Amino acid sequence: MSLFYIVLLPFLGALLPGIMNAAGRAACAGVTFVVTLGAFVGLMTNLPAIIAGETVQASIEWLPRLGLNFTLMLDGLGFFFSLLILGIGLLIIAYARHYLSRDDHMGEFFTYLLLFQGAMVGIVLSDNILLLLVFWELTSLSSFLLIGYWKHLPEGRQGARMALTVTGMGGLAMIGGMLILGRIVGSYDLSVILQNRELIQDSPLYLPALILILLGCFTKSAQFPFHFWLPHAMAAPTPVSAYLHSATMVKAGIFLMARLWPVLSGTPEWIVIVTTAGLITMVLGALIALFKHDLKALLAFSTVSHLGLITMLLGTSTAFGAMAAVFHILNHATFKAALFMSAGIVDHEAHTRDIRRLGGLRTLMPVVFTIATVAALSMAGIPFLNGFLSKEMMLEEATHTVLFGSDWLVPVLATVGSLLSAAYCFRFIGHTFLGPVRDDYPHKPHDPNMGMWMPPAILAVLVVVIGTAPFLAEPFVKLVTASLLGAAAEVPDAYLAIWHGLVPALYMSIIAVLGGLLLMLVFAPLLRAWEATPRPEAKAIFDWVVNGAAALAGRVIHGLHNGAFTRYAMIAMVTIVAAGYHAWATGTVGPATRAVQPAGPVPVAGWAMLVAAVIGMVVLHRNRFLALMLIGIVGLMVSVAFVFLSAPDLAMTQFTVEVVTIILMLLALNFLPNRTPVESTLLRRVRDGGVAILGGLAAFALSWHYMLRDAVAAPISEFHLANSYKGGGGTNVVNVILVDFRGFDTYGEIIVLGIAALLIYALTETLLDGPVRRKLLNRLPSQPRSGDMHPMMMVVLTRVIMPVVLLVGFYIFLRGHNEPGGGFIAGLIVSIAVVMQYMASGFAWTSARLRYPYHGVIGAGVLVAGFTGIGSWFVAKPFLTSDFTYVRIPPFQEFELATAALFDLGVFLAVVGAVMLSLESFSRLAHRDGDTDSEFPMDIDPSREEIGPDQPDAPVTGKGVG
Amino acid sequence: MSTATAFLDIALIVAFVALAIGQLLCVVRLFRGPTSGDRVLALDTLVINAIGLVVVLGMTQGVKVYFEVSLLVAMLGFVSTVALARFMLRGDIIE
Repeated sequence: MSLFYIVLLPFLGALLPGIMNAAGRAACAGVTFVVTLGAFVGLMTNLPAIIAGETVQASIEWLPRLGLNFTLMLDGLGFFFSLLILGIGLLIIAYARHYLSRDDHMGEFFTYLLLFQGAMVGIVLSDNILLLLVFWELTSLSSFLLIGYWKHLPEGRQGARMALTVTGMGGLAMIGGMLILGRIVGSYDLSVILQNRELIQDSPLYLPALILILLGCFTKSAQFPFHFWLPHAMAAPTPVSAYLHSATMVKAGIFLMARLWPVLSGTPEWIVIVTTAGLITMVLGALIALFKHDLKALLAFSTVSHLGLITMLLGTSTAFGAMAAVFHILNHATFKAALFMSAGIVDHEAHTRDIRRLGGLRTLMPVVFTIATVAALSMAGIPFLNGFLSKEMMLEEATHTVLFGSDWLVPVLATVGSLLSAAYCFRFIGHTFLGPVRDDYPHKPHDPNMGMWMPPAILAVLVVVIGTAPFLAEPFVKLVTASLLGAAAEVPDAYLAIWHGLVPALYMSIIAVLGGLLLMLVFAPLLRAWEATPRPEAKAIFDWVVNGAAALAGRVIHGLHNGAFTRYAMIAMVTIVAAGYHAWATGTVGPATRAVQPAGPVPVAGWAMLVAAVIGMVVLHRNRFLALMLIGIVGLMVSVAFVFLSAPDLAMTQFTVEVVTIILMLLALNFLPNRTPVESTLLRRVRDGGVAILGGLAAFALSWHYMLRDAVAAPISEFHLANSYKGGGGTNVVNVILVDFRGFDTYGEIIVLGIAALLIYALTETLLDGPVRRKLLNRLPSQPRSGDMHPMMMVVLTRVIMPVVLLVGFYIFLRGHNEPGGGFIAGLIVSIAVVMQYMASGFAWTSARLRYPYHGVIGAGVLVAGFTGIGSWFVAKPFLTSDFTYVRIPPFQEFELATAALFDLGVFLAVVGAVMLSLESFSRLAHRDGDTDSEFPMDIDPSREEIGPDQPDAPVTGKGVG
Repeated sequence: MSTATAFLDIALIVAFVALAIGQLLCVVRLFRGPTSGDRVLALDTLVINAIGLVVVLGMTQGVKVYFEVSLLVAMLGFVSTVALARFMLRGDIIE
């Protein structure tokens, strides 16, 4: 089967458990099992090629320019890890089917599990390191979901967060390391990278890359000092612990170290960092594990310890060490997954995992006792079980390893680690299963059904088989080792065997086992001593660091984003001015090339009015109504200035926007007091004034400077002028830019406009039932209101002008491509025409005559524009390529048809919808259900004959704010 | 230069100056008030003067498009005046 299917099958299959959830628990687990089995079988079809020593590859170009391709590679190492992931995955799924209770959402669990499985298979099969990073992050995310699966448990949530934080940070570091590695080699393909050992190790960037990559590996594989997250992740359901935290995810870091072993290992830096970290982790993990009372915590720290062992073996950089590492990965996956599952069964049956409350389960749970004992003794390093073999290889390797110039340091520490390891294994067996039967278990334990003990039993059988007949595993281990070593080293001749003669490793093994037994004899006083010793609590430190970082980030953010617009404006203004000043001070400024133009009396008058309005605004802005009118002056003067400077397009747009703005502001002013109260101190106002003046002066200086000089580079307007008619079929350059040259921008903008309008709608909708609105509506008007809600004069006038305005809007829209105009202005004009009806005859009357909701109009606009853009795909052109042609239908003159006009129609619709939706939302706030919604367009209508008692007379008497 | 065009030039200049003075006076009225009604009317008159200004500009520069701009201003300029007036009278402009 193609490698793609092996990777994609779990991801696609992840959709199924959620669907099958309704069909029952067995169906849900069954479909997950089948999906995994499919991937497993697919993997097995590649076995012949692997045995033949070939590397299976599959590749799709994804983002070739970034060096990111979907290339997959399957060699011995990848096959080995895929086998672990999918094989143990099958057992875990069978186990989880019986482990999860009826209250647990099984579909959710198996969905996460398949996502994780796919990501994990992706890591081990990736040939591209960027792709590998993507899968790497996916495992972090999916393991977060799995650890936090029991959302109701605070430990679960906190453990998930801690795991995500630590592995996520490591992943971040690794991205940096991988990018450096790719930069050194000039390729992101592993198959290329693995060929360039000398290039990488001679590079000055070798050390940074190594440290960053190792940070990623160490965090993922819980190596000291990042080991603390793994025990906290044990809050997850046991199947997750057994799968992620013993067999697969924590091995991802190990896998990567193994994968990059041929190019990264062998240097003094690698040996010192990796071996040291591994050794410390091994001893420390074993020491902590010995004194843990929670079965899963004990196993978690033992996992930490064994991962340290494997890391150390990889750190020694010898071929024998690598082979021992491979063999131990295999053995550890078998016995540790079996142990986790056994611990889960004990928890499931006895309702506790606290080792102090257990003991004597040997007779109550004989099957589980047998399985757990076999697995634990293997972990302790007892002969005829697989753990013994790889542990002896480790000790053998340790005797040849020199670290920090000392040839006894590693062997001694390795022996100590093994000794502690043996001790906690004996404690696990002794304190859980041996001893007298108790009568105070939280729940009377007994052996579970076969579905639950079969998966660990299969693993226990493997433990014994490999332990007694290692020659069965030897070809496979050597095959994997060969692909791990690559071209860097030869596969060692050593063979896997139980008896190697009276070598030092044997004595060390004997010391470890005997020492472990001895420790058990004096365990009670040891425990008292351990509990009396003060130790740093990793979770407290982690929380302290996280809270400190969060508090610091909070201070920075609240300093910058305190919710006051003045603060944002000030920060932005000061930053822009400072950056501009820096550019001006350090750059070169050419001499002035243009003369200052004379200003006639009329522009000066306009300028004087602008200045007067602005100063008046500053002085009088607390009177809100007056301030609005002053804004009106500014808008008007700016529009006239645009006309004066030959920009009629801009003038029309500016003016229509001005009208809509005033209407919008008036709708808002209805809910605000007439005057703005003084809220800031004088000092603050002076400061803000200073910033404002600074910004104004800077803008003036920049404009002055810019207008007196020709542009440094040729302005793009030349291109637009030259190509507007040729390429876009329009003589109105502004419009052609909007709908053609920068059509994609416009498309984005109308979408943003629509979203903004919908947001206004949503916000006002939530205010509708709020207490604030009720309070506002009940207030008394500050001045008496006129009685005529819908005056006849106004109604008649707006009705008469409506078709005229619509016609003008239509005209402006149509000719927009060649003359000033276009969809945007037309949209505003039409909106104003409709708003006039609202103002004249009221909200209810107008709304009742609406045929299409404004949301729909916005949507239609975006769709029309989008489909116009997509249309160009049908003629194999890029999105939004416009086309135009000239047609002549007698008796009309020849006229132009452009696709840009269709696009402009979309703009038009979106603008109309957005403007109307925002205005309508505001006016809806003031509209009350209790209002007498007149069915007549105007209150007093001479043409209505009957003015009887039925006629609502409320408007005439007036009723305050209506 | 014929007498007609010379006369037109002078007329245009006079028109410009008259309109500008009118606008300045409107601004003064807008500031002085004293009632909101005066201010709304001042703004409305300002808009009317602006229409004149745009028309005269169009005549000076000989650009037809300016007349369309003035048409638009004339057609829609009163909408803001109506809205302001409604606000003064009823508080809520769409009710």
